[in-house]
Amino acid sequence: MRIVDRRLNPQGKNLGNRQRFIQRARSQVREAVKRNIRDRSVTDNESGETVSIPADGIHEPQFEPDTQVGRRDRVLTGNREFREGDRIPRPEGGGGGGGGEASEDGEGEDSFVFTLTRDEFLDMLFEDLELPDMIKQQLTAEASPKLQRAGYATTGPPNRLNMVNTLRRSLVRRKALGRPNQAVIEQMERELERLKSGEIAPADGQPADKRIAELEETLRRAREKRGRVPYIDPTDLRFNRYERVPQPIAQAVMFCLMDVSASMDETKKDLAKRFFMLLHLFLERRYDKVDVVFIRHTNQASEVDEETFFHGRQTGGTIVSSALREMLRVVDDRYPLDAWNVYVAQASDGDDVPADVPVCTKMLSERVLPVTQYMAYIEVGGDADTRPGFRTGGPSDLWQGYAQVAELDPRLQMRRVADAGDIYPVFRGLFSQEETAS
Amino acid sequence: MTNPFPTPDTRASGATRGTGEPAADADGLLFDGPEWDFPTVRRTFDAIEKVGTEDLGLSLYPTRLEVINAEQMLDAYASVGMPTMYRHWAFGKRFVQHETMYRRGFSGLALEIVINADPSLCYIMEENTMTMQATVMAHAAVGHNHFFKNNRLFQEWTDPEAILDYLSFAKSYIAACEEKYGIEAVERTIDAAHALQGQGVDRSTGRGRRMDARAEQERVSEMNRRNLEGEEDLWLRTVPVKRDLVAGDPEELERQAEARAMGLPEENLLYFLEKNAPRLREWQRELLRIVRNIATYFEPQKQTKMMNEGCACWCHYTIMTMLHERGLISDSAFMEFLHLHANVVTQPAYDDRRYSGINPYALGFAMTRDIERICTEPTEEDRAWFPGIAGNDKPVATLCEAWANYRDESFIRQYLSPRVMRDFAMFRLDDDTEDPDIVVEAIHDERGYRRVRQGLANLYDPANTEPRIEVVGADIHGDRTLTLQHTVRDGRLLDALETRRTLRHLSWLWGYHVRLTEVDAETGHIYAEHENL
Repeated sequence: MRIVDRRLNPQGKNLGNRQRFIQRARSQVREAVKRNIRDRSVTDNESGETVSIPADGIHEPQFEPDTQVGRRDRVLTGNREFREGDRIPRPEGGGGGGGGEASEDGEGEDSFVFTLTRDEFLDMLFEDLELPDMIKQQLTAEASPKLQRAGYATTGPPNRLNMVNTLRRSLVRRKALGRPNQAVIEQMERELERLKSGEIAPADGQPADKRIAELEETLRRAREKRGRVPYIDPTDLRFNRYERVPQPIAQAVMFCLMDVSASMDETKKDLAKRFFMLLHLFLERRYDKVDVVFIRHTNQASEVDEETFFHGRQTGGTIVSSALREMLRVVDDRYPLDAWNVYVAQASDGDDVPADVPVCTKMLSERVLPVTQYMAYIEVGGDADTRPGFRTGGPSDLWQGYAQVAELDPRLQMRRVADAGDIYPVFRGLFSQEETAS
Repeated sequence: MTNPFPTPDTRASGATRGTGEPAADADGLLFDGPEWDFPTVRRTFDAIEKVGTEDLGLSLYPTRLEVINAEQMLDAYASVGMPTMYRHWAFGKRFVQHETMYRRGFSGLALEIVINADPSLCYIMEENTMTMQATVMAHAAVGHNHFFKNNRLFQEWTDPEAILDYLSFAKSYIAACEEKYGIEAVERTIDAAHALQGQGVDRSTGRGRRMDARAEQERVSEMNRRNLEGEEDLWLRTVPVKRDLVAGDPEELERQAEARAMGLPEENLLYFLEKNAPRLREWQRELLRIVRNIATYFEPQKQTKMMNEGCACWCHYTIMTMLHERGLISDSAFMEFLHLHANVVTQPAYDDRRYSGINPYALGFAMTRDIERICTEPTEEDRAWFPGIAGNDKPVATLCEAWANYRDESFIRQYLSPRVMRDFAMFRLDDDTEDPDIVVEAIHDERGYRRVRQGLANLYDPANTEPRIEVVGADIHGDRTLTLQHTVRDGRLLDALETRRTLRHLSWLWGYHVRLTEVDAETGHIYAEHENL
């Protein structure tokens, strides 16, 4: 009997099969992912996603009997009350004789439920989306450079010695220079010893002395050569070489600004939430670290946690500039610009005190946009007659003000969203590659 | 065939086990506590195997135990339990299915997987406690192992020595095809072959075309060589053949000869397509062959599932009990074992929520124990029903003989006793969809025993449960329509939607039109005709 420990074998033997499966069901999975993003929390990005897709494209047909027709014998267990000849009314739903038997043929057209890993989920979600070209991650000389492998060197500290490469060279050199093998030398020594002790005689019938002299000479030369040709020569040595590569800033902070004044009802907040969530997931994939700062405002703004941000209640007027001011304060406080990429996502229903709009516009173009990589403004409208791009009462004051800035500065992008179904297309619109090309 | 089993020493068998063995003290325990390590597993395995071979007289393949973790168990699930498998999306589908069920806690994992190979390969999970490991070893490495080695079906249909080699050959062959012809083309072919998997076995003839894995590989390399040399004797085939003057319509005669040459009617659709489909390329035929060979390898497991589990459960129960009586395992470990064992062999009643047909472990174990009882302590009833074995006092030899020569269907027909039918409170229903009621045909009483037994045996008979579908004609000279026939018994038709979907795959392989007619076995009435559109 043999016991083999397989636990350390590479895991995920079925990864390839899994990818093929998802590839096959791609369009259906993508649909399911779209449906599912509605229920995610904004910062929940650890978990994978359980999706349910129609079993159609991945169905494996077989010749199967139709359970609804024909005559069958069944044998079941656990009889208590039946006697021979009893008649039992057919149970509802299916020709099953009882219990769970009907479920055996349940596969068919049912939907197929499985869990995508986080990466698979995000791949689906952000398929062919890109950060706008203009947003290059800035390189800073001060940022700590990372070491990256860059070939081999002939010198270096011992801990970087590349064993494989060094020994390969050593082997080539030893072969080329004909360095005698230890085993060969030992064999000769043994033969010599046995000849000397008279245990064996030379095979060719020559006198033992002659053979002994011969052997001693060969042995001497071999030993001498071994001394001359070392096992490892300094020329064999190869070291891993590393280069210092400056690292782009790999962290970002995302500001979520939202109007929570009375006119923003739960539906509107929910729309905003979904948008924030998508943006957060998207940035997560681009940066090692993403911080999220939630700022809500009425006529004054404050930084809050996620829970309060989405569910807390507060009443008051609406002064949008207060939120921008608060955001700038937080940036000054905690996020030095040379180390952080700043993203701003603002959601509002467009209400603002008319006098505040020029203040916002000015602040945007002069102070906010210069420090941000990208700012997305979405206007959520709960009115029944509001459709993306159309608004019966004409654009809101805030929209008009922002639109002027957006024309001049492509870092500001704006969209209108009327219902949850729009969120994903709008998001894709903001980041799809065609958009950035224009 | 001669009985390959040495007559075991019946004194040590189930009935009188434990006699004469001095109870060992606590120091004699094989293991203590739930933790396990490799020396413990080895020591326990040796003790278990010794009981299996020496006390019970079983004949086993050497065993290779492999310790795996839960992830790897999930992997093994997906590839039908085999350690290597070719790549295909369907295995990925199975994988995500099991994974989701497992991660959400809807289902546990099997404690063990055993592979019919020589040496026998037995996977055990690292999460198991030592008691579970011992149970699993007695169950799989002794019970299943003995069954695989000695059952006639396995001997005739499978080649345990070479199966692992064959699978890795199949894997690399298919990978090479993917490289050469594209993943899509290969998957398309395998999809189609999988759809016909159930019709890839010579079931009713019973002459399982057992493959010889080594010969397979030689054949393939030979085939490749021939193709390379291009030994197509084109001009031999272009020489006109002189037709002899034979009585009868020459065309009709030729047609009949062709049908004979194609071996019609043919129930093994994969075999038929591999040999006769006009437009398949060599590698595609090879893929069909691989799927067919693997289906054949698994067929005995399908046909003997209940017996096989019964044998394994009986072995683990008997061996663990003996180890306990000899003081080799502690009381607490034995309690844990009994709990585990009881879970495995539970049979819920038909109206229980957990009921999902007859539990093969429960029925197998009950029948096996029952045979043991009939041999050693028969009642009057047993003497009347089983005069051949009742009171012969050779329980293990009797069981070995059954394990070697029967499959589920014949095993039930031969050995299901009134006692087991009563214990399970079995009843037989006549379920005719034409009738608004289901009629109780027979129950576990004097009048019904034989009919219940017969009914149950029929349920395990593949000739009865699997739809009988055969190729009956291939119009080689006309439009090349392939005609299949489903022989309908008791009005049990095929599911129309599934059939059309499967026919789509079939006609893709055949390359031309395919028609399937459903014909009544007795009256010849044609119920339905399916065509691929």
